[in-house]
Amino acid sequence: MSDLLTVEDLRVRFPSRNGPVEVVRGVTFALGRERLGIVGESGSGKSQTGRAILGLTPPPGQAEAKRLEFDGIDLRNADKATWRRLRGARISMVMQDPKFSLNPVMTIGKQLVECWNLHAGTSRAEAKDRAIAMLEAVQIRDPKRVFGAYPHELSGGMGQRAMIAMMLITEPDMLIADEPTSALDVTVQIEVLRILDRLVSERGMGLILISHDLRLVSSFCDRVLVMYAGKVVEELKASELLNAQHPYTRGLYNCLPKIDGSARPLPTLQREESWAE
Amino acid sequence: MTAHLDIRDLRVSFHSGAERVDAVRGVSFRVERGASYGIVGESGSGKSTVLRAICGLAPVTGGEVLFEGRPVSEPRDAAFYRNVQMVFQDPYASLHPRHTIDRVLSEPLAIHGFKDRDKRIETALRDVGLGPRFRFAYPHQLSGGQRQRVAVARALILEPTVLLLDEPTSALDASIQAEVLNLLDRLRAERGLTYVLVSHDLAVVAHMCEQLMVMQHGQTVEVMTRADLQAGRATQDYTRRLLAASEGYTPMETSA
Repeated sequence: MSDLLTVEDLRVRFPSRNGPVEVVRGVTFALGRERLGIVGESGSGKSQTGRAILGLTPPPGQAEAKRLEFDGIDLRNADKATWRRLRGARISMVMQDPKFSLNPVMTIGKQLVECWNLHAGTSRAEAKDRAIAMLEAVQIRDPKRVFGAYPHELSGGMGQRAMIAMMLITEPDMLIADEPTSALDVTVQIEVLRILDRLVSERGMGLILISHDLRLVSSFCDRVLVMYAGKVVEELKASELLNAQHPYTRGLYNCLPKIDGSARPLPTLQREESWAE
Repeated sequence: MTAHLDIRDLRVSFHSGAERVDAVRGVSFRVERGASYGIVGESGSGKSTVLRAICGLAPVTGGEVLFEGRPVSEPRDAAFYRNVQMVFQDPYASLHPRHTIDRVLSEPLAIHGFKDRDKRIETALRDVGLGPRFRFAYPHQLSGGQRQRVAVARALILEPTVLLLDEPTSALDASIQAEVLNLLDRLRAERGLTYVLVSHDLAVVAHMCEQLMVMQHGQTVEVMTRADLQAGRATQDYTRRLLAASEGYTPMETSA
């Protein structure tokens, strides 16, 4: 199986008063048609990794890599036309909070149709049918109402589903989901993950799930990269999380309280300088 | 014996124009002195509103709040706030960005006319595991975990007997969450504090509280002990769904 995405030695740096700060320091991985999780604490560089893949490193930050290839296309020096053909059409990104990522003054339907027309450009009626079908696919019960609704008229879970529908209407080959469920309630969270799960298994999409939630990622993904201070400190099969080798991964898992009883006091993470080296 | 905190048929409604939203619709519970009581629910269940109503930040439209057996005054008096303090969810929002930690901590002391403020501030910082060097820092110079420690110190500086904790760790990373939970646990053991802890995370509540209430749509769904929860003895469907969801993702299960 060929890899969909190859990342080699990805680095992201931001200028600061004390010289440039590297927030992603040499990340290397490959993604097939699978569910890959990237886990880490805030500031570990997991979100910046996701953004850099799509060329969305916010200025004045700069991203560079030895290799950054999506389906044979070199993304490092892609021009605007290439990005337009890729973003939204073949690679999509779902952000954390629907409140900030949907256009507040445009109906959901109009946003979906716009997205579809940009990349496919079919008749209006067809675009509308397509949008409604997509809303159905993300388990929205009343797609016609949601089609005509504005973002503020929807709950957080519905908004997030609408956003996922928007990202998936073009049937992308790869989806980067940055904390797609952390603004949602636990029961809704599971439903949203089910939708993503089905898309991976039915359409053969590649999925990168970025999250701080080790337990969630390890129960959902096939493979997990654990990031600390801008580096991947461990890569493991999700099923083998309990046998993690790196003390950071183990510490991160052990400090979670568990319903069926946990140590008192909870074990805390003793960070070591050597992890960041 | 009178309960430390006794909530009877609490109701909270908000009005906006002609619309009325019943956020809390008849909730009752008792917390004994030194106990820790958990309230679990999803967003919009009214769990935070219960806490806010107890300490006077949301209008009580029905029912009673009894502190040490006596109904609380409306508005709450100074004596109430000396005894009941609240810790909020987001330490990035709950500390004034332009006030030093010293100022944050001395304000409640000034309001309640405490003497020896210097010593109290130093002690409070030490109690939450921050050294005196943090005293004149600004919130932006602290990490999330350190800020939440300041918020706990701010609540504890009046030596209250009850702490109302509204999602005290949900804005924090898992490793920092463990540190703050340990701190809260230790303080309760040392001082015999009474806690009411609100969280969406069943595991946090299972760790911190002996008894808990599950809320949905402003009403009580189920009351359980920690042992019930650990043994998975949920009688209501909603609680079972919450329990299943907090175990992580299960691909096989068909959604209800």
